[in-house]
Amino acid sequence: MSDLLGRNYQPGEDIVTEGEVGDCMYVIQQGSAEVIRTEDGVATVVDTMVAGDLFGEMAILEHTVRSSTVRAVDPVRALTIDRKTFLRRIQEDPSLALSILDVMCRRVRNLDTTIAHLKHQLAELSANPEGGSPDGSPGENAP
Amino acid sequence: MHDTKDASTKPGEQGHEKVEEEAVRILTDPGSWAKHGSGTDEEGPRSETNGDSDNWKLQPGNRVAVIGGGPAGSLFSQFLLKTMAHLDIDIDVEIYEPRDFNFCGPAGCNHCGGVVSESLIQILGTEGVVLPEEVVQRGIDSYVMHMDVGSVRIETPLQEKRIAAVYRGNGPRQSEPASIAGFDHHLISLARSAGAKVRQQMVTEVDLDEGRPRITCADGHRQTYDLLVVASGVNSALLGLIEKSGLEFKAPTAVKSFVAEFKLGAATIERSFGTSMHVFLLDIPRLQFAALIPKGEYLTLVMLGDDVDQELVESFLNAPEVRSCFPGNRPPDNACQCFPRLNLSHVRRPFADRVVFIGDSGVARLYKDGIGSAYRTAKAAANCVALHGISARDFHYHYWPACKKIAIDNLLGRCVFGFCHLLQKLRFARRSVMRMTVIEQRTEGAIPHMSSVLWDVFTGSAPYREVLFRTLHPFFLGRLIWNLLAANAWKSGRRNRELSTP
Ligand SMILES: Cc1cc2nc3c(=O)[nH]c(=O)nc-3n(C[C@H](O)[C@H](O)[C@H](O)COP(=O)(O)OP(=O)(O)OC[C@H]3O[C@@H](n4cnc5c(N)ncnc54)[C@H](O)[C@@H]3O)c2cc1C
Repeated sequence: MSDLLGRNYQPGEDIVTEGEVGDCMYVIQQGSAEVIRTEDGVATVVDTMVAGDLFGEMAILEHTVRSSTVRAVDPVRALTIDRKTFLRRIQEDPSLALSILDVMCRRVRNLDTTIAHLKHQLAELSANPEGGSPDGSPGENAP
Repeated sequence: MHDTKDASTKPGEQGHEKVEEEAVRILTDPGSWAKHGSGTDEEGPRSETNGDSDNWKLQPGNRVAVIGGGPAGSLFSQFLLKTMAHLDIDIDVEIYEPRDFNFCGPAGCNHCGGVVSESLIQILGTEGVVLPEEVVQRGIDSYVMHMDVGSVRIETPLQEKRIAAVYRGNGPRQSEPASIAGFDHHLISLARSAGAKVRQQMVTEVDLDEGRPRITCADGHRQTYDLLVVASGVNSALLGLIEKSGLEFKAPTAVKSFVAEFKLGAATIERSFGTSMHVFLLDIPRLQFAALIPKGEYLTLVMLGDDVDQELVESFLNAPEVRSCFPGNRPPDNACQCFPRLNLSHVRRPFADRVVFIGDSGVARLYKDGIGSAYRTAKAAANCVALHGISARDFHYHYWPACKKIAIDNLLGRCVFGFCHLLQKLRFARRSVMRMTVIEQRTEGAIPHMSSVLWDVFTGSAPYREVLFRTLHPFFLGRLIWNLLAANAWKSGRRNRELSTP
């Protein structure tokens, strides 16, 4: 694995860290990683990334800090994509932005599903404060 | 003409022998094509049509022929099919490719150094093209520059392997390709998965059939298409035939270069070359650039220059700077060698109504990242065809700008390589470049002025325009002049010597 493309990360190692300034994005070449978001000191896994998945694009497009931590679950090999290379190419070929839009569409769809699950759970809880599914999983009618 | 020895086959693949033989003969020896192939002088309509008409847009059920399944042809097919699927338009794409990229040796190989540039690796990653383990023979993270005044290793700024050393076919002749997959095989498989049909046939004639392109194959198969994409590179006689076909096309000029594979074994390669590409700036007449690229069990030598021949190869391999890189101070006999042609100019009008030339057949980046320019022209042509149309006018407005950009950058590239050539000739200049690079590489936190210029020239990572402008910056020039004085006035050339071979 050491002679292959990209950089290697050990299980548990952070590839990007929430709050850090970033000027590149990443494509996972091998292995899987989880996306962790910390809210009020509580870390929650919000997504999982596998080979071919791209992340960190928000820092390239928005000039902001990383919105979540991405941590290797198993040995991960990831490739860095520089802001400069990406923006130079996108200027020449705007259709390259489609791949980023694809990633974002998938995320928005996942977010929609999660919000719907949470709203459904919240509605069930407020209708029946004693009940609710014990494992916190959405009910059968969840979208 | 071309020194490609007999191709080797793998057991069980004899079925393709006839096609393969012919592929090798014609593709690697265009001279022999003249004796066997047939041309046409037939004139066809070449109107500069208004691209607005639906007649000039691909319709459901239309057929597209792609001649050549190298990087340009395969990437074009994949991108076109994906975009048409987005638009919900179902078309047929047929790739004509006589080579079987699963063969070892010249029969299955598109003869090149096999370095996939840093910028292309990143963009392919963004496109969702991940190169699997069996395709990448070695990830490269540094360059070692060799000159008579010393050697210096230039590290990637990121400490990450972002350059891939690949085989274009299934490894050198007589290699045991246990876990090898060629780059071209991978790309054509992706095109196939996107819906392209691959026909293992050689196109021998292109003409027009009532304004539509028609192709004829070596086996007599003849078919008319709605769009013809020529991605046959510069190493076959097809472009010469198209010149005669009345399409107002002039093939790009190409010169002979050299590629060889040395079997050294994985352990020796790891020990002597590591994950660095070794480049040589030597004062040998007619030599522009040479590099040794470590792969799995083999080391690839690439030589570019003014019509490279055996004599030039010998004088390069006998240079002490080259010999010292090999164990025992002597390069072994090579396992496989060829003299492929290298595209050095661009086609003035790489399109006509319903016909477009992409990759090396149209324009290639000068000396570096030819696969990268094949990707760029393939993507631009696919976007033009899917989103705008297939008339000459559409190609002129929506495809030609991408080619022009590469061609203009190549002009500036000539200046960059002019400087490199000067460097090869002037020992005092070599001393100063060596000194400046060594100091930058040794000093933590130093701004890598010279190192980044050399990195971008060797890797082809940045446009030549950017490299040239960086060298014209007063700060760069100031440091260069200072090093010129320091390296020569104090005769510290010998002190600069840093034999940093891994
Ligand atoms: C010595 C040398 C070293 C190089 N090293 C590098 C490098 O390290 N990195 C890099 O990025 N670039 C390199 N290049 C440039 C690179 O090889 C080309 O730019 C690139 O291969 C162009 O891709 P293509 O698809 O346009 O053409 P090609 O790769 O040449 O593919 C053309 C395809 O068309 C097929 N074909 C030809 N004629 C016919 C026909 N009549 N019918 C059907 N099919 C046909 C061929 O079989 C072939 O598969 C090098 C070039 C040379 C000469």
